[in-house]
Amino acid sequence: MSNETETKQLKANAKPEEPTTFVAYIQRWFMRVRAGDLGSLPIILGLIVIAAIFGTLSEGIFFRERNFVNLLLQTSGVAAIAIGVVFVLLIAEIDLSVGFVSAVGGVIMTLLLRESHTDWPWWAAVGAALLAVLVIGLIHGIIITKASVPSFVVTLAGLLAWSGVVLILTTEFSTAGTIVIQDDIILGVANSYLPTNWSWIVFALIVAGYAIYELTQMNSMRQRNLASKPVSVIVAQVLSLAILAGATVWYANLDRGVPTSAVIVVIFAGIWTFVASRTKFGRYVYAVGGNPEAARRAGINVDGIRIACFMISSFMAGIGGIILASRLRSVDTNTGGNSLELNAIAAAVIGGTSLFGGTGKVTNAILGALIIASVDNGMGLMGWPSGVKFVVNGCVLLAAVLIDSISRRNRSASGLA
Amino acid sequence: MSQKPLLELKSVSKNFGAVQALYKVDFRVFPGEVMALVGDNGAGKSTLIKGIAGIHTFNDGEVQFDGKPVSITSPRDSAALGIEVVYQDLALADNLDVVNNMFLGREKTTSFGTLDELSMESEALATLESLSVTTIRSVRQAVAGLSGGQRQAIAVAKAVMWNSKLVILDEPTAALGVAQTRQVLNLVRRLADRGLGVILISHNLHDVFEVADRVTVLRLGQDVGEHFVKETTQQKLVEAITAGELTHVPGMQEA
Ligand SMILES: Nc1ncnc2c1ncn2[C@@H]1O[C@H](COP(=O)(O)OP(=O)(O)OP(=O)(O)O)[C@@H](O)[C@H]1O
Ligand SMILES: [Mg+2]
Repeated sequence: MSNETETKQLKANAKPEEPTTFVAYIQRWFMRVRAGDLGSLPIILGLIVIAAIFGTLSEGIFFRERNFVNLLLQTSGVAAIAIGVVFVLLIAEIDLSVGFVSAVGGVIMTLLLRESHTDWPWWAAVGAALLAVLVIGLIHGIIITKASVPSFVVTLAGLLAWSGVVLILTTEFSTAGTIVIQDDIILGVANSYLPTNWSWIVFALIVAGYAIYELTQMNSMRQRNLASKPVSVIVAQVLSLAILAGATVWYANLDRGVPTSAVIVVIFAGIWTFVASRTKFGRYVYAVGGNPEAARRAGINVDGIRIACFMISSFMAGIGGIILASRLRSVDTNTGGNSLELNAIAAAVIGGTSLFGGTGKVTNAILGALIIASVDNGMGLMGWPSGVKFVVNGCVLLAAVLIDSISRRNRSASGLA
Repeated sequence: MSQKPLLELKSVSKNFGAVQALYKVDFRVFPGEVMALVGDNGAGKSTLIKGIAGIHTFNDGEVQFDGKPVSITSPRDSAALGIEVVYQDLALADNLDVVNNMFLGREKTTSFGTLDELSMESEALATLESLSVTTIRSVRQAVAGLSGGQRQAIAVAKAVMWNSKLVILDEPTAALGVAQTRQVLNLVRRLADRGLGVILISHNLHDVFEVADRVTVLRLGQDVGEHFVKETTQQKLVEAITAGELTHVPGMQEA
């Protein structure tokens, strides 16, 4: 190759071919979807289909503002747990213990709050519960990495052992097996709602924050001569967020309002999205999931990253456990049961996090949890028997995994990754 | 070619238990040259570069870098000296994009401690441009979608980005077709033209004659000759690889 042609080619190709107009952007999006890079599309379509089905079957009750707020309440606990599960799935591991680890967190907090006994302030009880679940995650992580036992086995053992601990604690400290939460702040987590004006302030903060972030990003990319999104695309994205979040807040405010637990989940989703996408740690999580050997040669402490992911999973399980305990106003011998861990893992997978590691997004786990909760909620409204519920839940999960594997096949066929 | 070798191994040996993988090997690379390392399977090529990279340590002998004796006992030591290795399996993370792979483990951060994607992207583009890597459409696409030659180019670009002085490539063209082999060889040549020392391991003598300045032949763990490529022929090299004269007969204990 002569030097001259090389230089010409360089000028033509060195800059990335990013679309620069709104139309080009939409075209590329269509192209990607056709090539199998579906993004959040299946989840959103799935939500619409589920809403349509149960809306019709329940003759509109599913869409009532009261049921909408219930749906947000039902989603919160599972969504919190699913956010943590995303991290273990990202490193191509699994955590089957999250259901009962969440219960351990909820039970420890509830026990410490009892007025007649320890009577700890709410923050100390929550802190102790979260510390306990962090230690659980640490133990899981150390066994999995240092003894090279598959996470499937270790966390399955965890599932059994921690369910036993829940049983022991709840029967030991109560005669009826039920311990009631006696703290107004903790009860408020899943039983209080943002006042209307506050809900709009939170809404404005989120939308403005997103808009400012995107615009400054675009600005600095332009300054450095890097290809950036066109302004029209940013405007469209900010508008969709504003419409979606605005509709949610408005509709919830027609009933009791936006549940505090939903706000807690959104805050954690924001924090973990930031960690996953903007920090070295997050980058290393994806690298370990994509190619552990590459990560090791790059000097990354692979075992450390893996242990941390199991700790994040347990920590978010603890948060979910607190939300769920608050919702029921108590813990009992059944806490953590009802295949909670499967629902949380399903939520993460439905949210597009691959079981093979390396791809997935924290925020989509919330959408996955919303799907799981919608199906549950709709079936509850219809009064379907639990056998049918299990079958339907199984089918929803299977559908999600099938969509993932088919789109993955198309993706690799078209070389999109 | 300058006078002083960039890297000089003097009489290095390495044994794995009873296996004498390297025996009193002398080896030099000058800045600005491509030094090819050839030899039959099991001749000790990979062992030699692993010693230079700090994955193994030599049992015996002396290593000089930039004229100074050095001791390389870990990959970190070699990286600190400016030695970068592109292994045959490349070890790229398929799910990460080109920029993220090039900076993996050495990410740039802003003053808030967050990833500085923009500087990384600019720098990655600049590096690829300086190496005239022209076939990569977007540095924000995942590596999984790239061809073998493009992946090799990314791995090489990753290696030269860190002010490296010596780049070692283990069979970089083994899995590539004609056109992509050509691209990678061009890239290898450009590295040397920028003043870096390059060690190229290859089983393909055709490649060696195309880009290398000099060639060292290993046979059964011993160096059996160092030649200027211009002053030798494929025929002679094949002879050296298969029947080069050994100073030490393997299997015999030293007196
Ligand atoms: N870790 C090890 N433990 C024991 N023996 C080893 C080890 N690594 C290499 N050897 C031996 O050292 C000798 C040289 O091996 P090396 O991998 O360096 O050969 P090579 O020239 O790279 O061959 P190839 O062209 O097949 O890659 C061989 O006999 C091999 O079996
Ligand atoms: Mg080898």
